[in-house]
Amino acid sequence: MSHSLEAYLVLAGLLFAIGTFGFLARRNAISMLMAIELMLNAVNLAIIAFGTFVPPLNTHAAAIVLMVLGVAAAEATVGLAIVIAIYRNRRTPLVDEYDSMRG
Amino acid sequence: MAIPDTVPIIGAGWDDVLFVVFAGVLLGAALLVVTMRDIIRCGLAMIVSFGALAGLYVLLGAPLIAAAQVLIYIGAISVLILFAIMLTQTKAAPVRLVFQSQAVPAAVLAVVLALVVALAAVGTDWGAVPERLATATEALAGLVFRDYILPFEVVGVLLLAAVVGAVFLARREEGAEG
Repeated sequence: MSHSLEAYLVLAGLLFAIGTFGFLARRNAISMLMAIELMLNAVNLAIIAFGTFVPPLNTHAAAIVLMVLGVAAAEATVGLAIVIAIYRNRRTPLVDEYDSMRG
Repeated sequence: MAIPDTVPIIGAGWDDVLFVVFAGVLLGAALLVVTMRDIIRCGLAMIVSFGALAGLYVLLGAPLIAAAQVLIYIGAISVLILFAIMLTQTKAAPVRLVFQSQAVPAAVLAVVLALVVALAAVGTDWGAVPERLATATEALAGLVFRDYILPFEVVGVLLLAAVVGAVFLARREEGAEG
């Protein structure tokens, strides 16, 4: 089981789906950011799995994942800073109460 | 004392058992992250899922990526998220409704997405070989610092810009309360 690419890809797909559900369903902005992190991790797992089982992609996958890790760190930093800035103004972390532009 | 080739009692190989254990912990912790009511516990479950993922990277023969996962996700991003939770949660937040009204369609969509990805993953010929190829750290270093040097530098500049931008966004205005 641990010697087939498909097992890892299905696992990554399940993790990505869980992250999608969390992003769409949670009310808390930080929960949504955590769900985004789950999705990024799922993609990283898929890339590493491809690099492990497909010979031409072998070392390149790890290099790409290192870049994704850096971009994910930048995304988390800016996302959390935005959440904190909005919290200062609106006094709530719940995204469905950010309704000042609702028609 | 020698370690037997297969797991006693179950009879499967060690790596298969480890895969099932890590995958179970990963998916279980991820489900807890998106469903638990208390957001601090969500954050801690997220750390568990990151740890299980690092174990999967080791299993996949990418130890450097596993180390980076532990350092960046468990060490940095989780701490950042826990601090952000500390800064933004009111006492009323955890006891109130966790999900939006669109939670049921979101669950349906997630199940459909998982099915589509699983079908595509199983049904496609990826040209995969049946054994695992380890990622040599030395070759990876050569690749990152030679072929991927431009993206590497761009990521560095991006991180600098992100840090400066985050400090600017999250700082307090002069004289403003809160």
